[in-house]
Amino acid sequence: MAIDILMPALSPTMTEGKLAKWNKKEGDTVSSGEVIAEIETDKATMEVEAVDEGVLGKILIPEGTEGVAVNTPIAILVEEGEAVPEGPSAGSGEARPAAEEAPKAAAPTAVASPVATTTSEPEKDWGETSEITVREALRDAMAAEMRRDEDVFLLGEEVAQYQGAYKVSQGLLDEFGEKRVIDMPITEHGFTGMATGAAMTGLKPIVEFMTMNFSLQAIDHIINSAAKTHYMSGGQISCPMVFRGPNGAAARVGAQHSQCFASWYAHVPGLKVVAPWSAADAKGLLRAAIRDPNPVIVLENEILYGQKFPCPVDEDFILPIGKAKIERPGKDVTIVAFSISVGTAMAAAELLAEKGIDAEVINLRTIRPLDTATIVESVKKTSRLVTVEEGWPFAGIGAEIAMQVIEHAFDWLDAPPVRVAGLDVPMPFAANLEKLALPQPDWVVDAVSKIV
Amino acid sequence: MTEQNNAGQSRPDSATDGRNHPGLTTDQLKQAYYDMLLIRRFEEKAGQLYGMGLIGGFCHLYIGQEAVVVGLQMAQKDGDKVITSYRDHGQMLAAGMDPRGVMAELTGRATGLSHGKGGSMHMFSREKNFYGGHGIVGAQVALGIGLAFANKYRGTDEVSITYFGEGASNQGQVYESFNLAALHKLPCVFVIENNRYGMGTSVERASASKALWKNGEPWGIPGKQVDGMDVEAVNAAAKEAIAHCREGKGPYLLEMSTYRYRGHSMSDPAKYRQRSEVDEIRQKHDPIDHVRNLLKAAGVEDTDFKEMETKVKEIVADATEFAKTSPEPDPSELFTDVLVGE
Repeated sequence: MAIDILMPALSPTMTEGKLAKWNKKEGDTVSSGEVIAEIETDKATMEVEAVDEGVLGKILIPEGTEGVAVNTPIAILVEEGEAVPEGPSAGSGEARPAAEEAPKAAAPTAVASPVATTTSEPEKDWGETSEITVREALRDAMAAEMRRDEDVFLLGEEVAQYQGAYKVSQGLLDEFGEKRVIDMPITEHGFTGMATGAAMTGLKPIVEFMTMNFSLQAIDHIINSAAKTHYMSGGQISCPMVFRGPNGAAARVGAQHSQCFASWYAHVPGLKVVAPWSAADAKGLLRAAIRDPNPVIVLENEILYGQKFPCPVDEDFILPIGKAKIERPGKDVTIVAFSISVGTAMAAAELLAEKGIDAEVINLRTIRPLDTATIVESVKKTSRLVTVEEGWPFAGIGAEIAMQVIEHAFDWLDAPPVRVAGLDVPMPFAANLEKLALPQPDWVVDAVSKIV
Repeated sequence: MTEQNNAGQSRPDSATDGRNHPGLTTDQLKQAYYDMLLIRRFEEKAGQLYGMGLIGGFCHLYIGQEAVVVGLQMAQKDGDKVITSYRDHGQMLAAGMDPRGVMAELTGRATGLSHGKGGSMHMFSREKNFYGGHGIVGAQVALGIGLAFANKYRGTDEVSITYFGEGASNQGQVYESFNLAALHKLPCVFVIENNRYGMGTSVERASASKALWKNGEPWGIPGKQVDGMDVEAVNAAAKEAIAHCREGKGPYLLEMSTYRYRGHSMSDPAKYRQRSEVDEIRQKHDPIDHVRNLLKAAGVEDTDFKEMETKVKEIVADATEFAKTSPEPDPSELFTDVLVGE
């Protein structure tokens, strides 16, 4: 049967091109894969290869012709001995378009911004607590999960013999050995990729970055390899892993070592992001992160490592990802914070109480997925919102929280939301300047005073 | 071209057919011919579907490089893991992934291996131990040592076959990966598919290193340059490299000298190389013609070739029809598989 050979497209945007040359003439035998013609556009050239075999029965478009529209029949291929039709055969050959041919699915409906619809449930009472540091809580979380699951292992710089650059992994090498607590050379890009590849097979690596600043060396694997693979594989391959390390400003370490990555990572679908404040947050959230079948970023804070908080002693203690905690109930204003800024917000709430203002402080615990329901519910009660974070204000977490509140509780607001954030500058080194760049409790008090 | 694997040098003669040809038996060569032809015809069809607007975006064809993946695959065993770049259709077909599912992914249909959400560069098969399909040049090398790490962690003797191009071989993470793989003796066969051009930049203009197979030397990684147009040479080198890794001796580096007939992707100006260069390789060094000639010399009849060609043609036609008529993904698929369990 005669087959039309059509003018091919070199790109989805090509509509026409030049038929530069015929490598075959009428009557020539053509085998599949053989180059029969060349076409050109202003930016590219392409060889047209025969897909079917046969005899080039008739050339419909002579070489040198410009402006040949894509999908125009340019020649007719016939079988050996077959008569050559006069013109293009209607219906034979390959018909164009995907879209017209494919059964059409219903048009997608408009996508609302993601918001949790559940209302807050009271947090489970885990009973007895003891005072431990955030550092110990993180170590205990890893140790507990490594005892529970052989597939969990820790790798990073100085995590084994040195016992952790910030001593977070203290004792883990002794208990679990060098197979599961693995020192890495200073090659974040390489070892993060390695860990991600191992996770693709079902292992559950915990990648420790000495600080999250160095995750920038590895951000391609975190986003392009870990976060997107489940989606790109149609659900076949997942990356059950944790990326953790101290995030944000420490003290006097300058611009390259003082930056908050909450907004960076929270931007990415396919990632979860948690940011513990207390020891209980740290232990409960890190355990949940290790068990989670998805890649989870755990944003710790160096300043908090040495701080003590009461933490449940129950061996099964764990916290859900995606649930915020009301640290301090109040009725006059909602202050939303995460990580070290929860402490700032709590201190501010004390100062506000002295002024007779009853602030509700929400500890986000998880940045993504954001517990919008808890925030919205609180704002519906207080009608005022202040956000606190150490990261930069532009496109920061405060901006997102404010927008969520505007979308879901606009009519309840009695004043515009206010953001308290780190100043919009690289972190300075001098002690006085550094202090001026980071949110202090009185900044929060001032912000609240503007709207209450 | 030191250490070039010359057919006929040191490998044993085939015991089964008496031909004075080392490495593969006639039956194995027939299998290689069939597998390579399937890749060639599949890719030609993909190119044609692209021209018709049925495939969009990027589409990096494997035509010319078939002997590399087929020679490697024949040296592997079940459980060995494979990872590669965006020029991945050949690896998938060689791994035994369903041509229908691959082609339907190229056309962005619900029946594609990634349900239409991955495309040409992003397909996977846990069942066939194929870990992608990666669009970021060089990323698969670090991921590939991770596959090897997992093999070692689990105490298996499986290896990771990690493919990358000579263009990717200049990426920093490749050297971080060499270091890590050597340091931890990871069972990883690094396969550089040197097709001479990273997009439009020749290897001479991109690499100060002129012997890529030596690039692992500082880490003590043994390397070998191999004629990647000769499936038997590839297979022999692959066996040696894989055995090295299985024995726990750490990684191995193979540089496959091969050639890409087509452009980097579909839209390619073809101004960076002479037409005569492409023609000469096609005519004198085509990997499929080479096997065909060996088989002819071994007495394989025209009817046998015809039978294989017909079968390949049917498979490609069937995959094409499937890819054209399958439905596009339902809009509800937009939000599936973003997170596991949600």
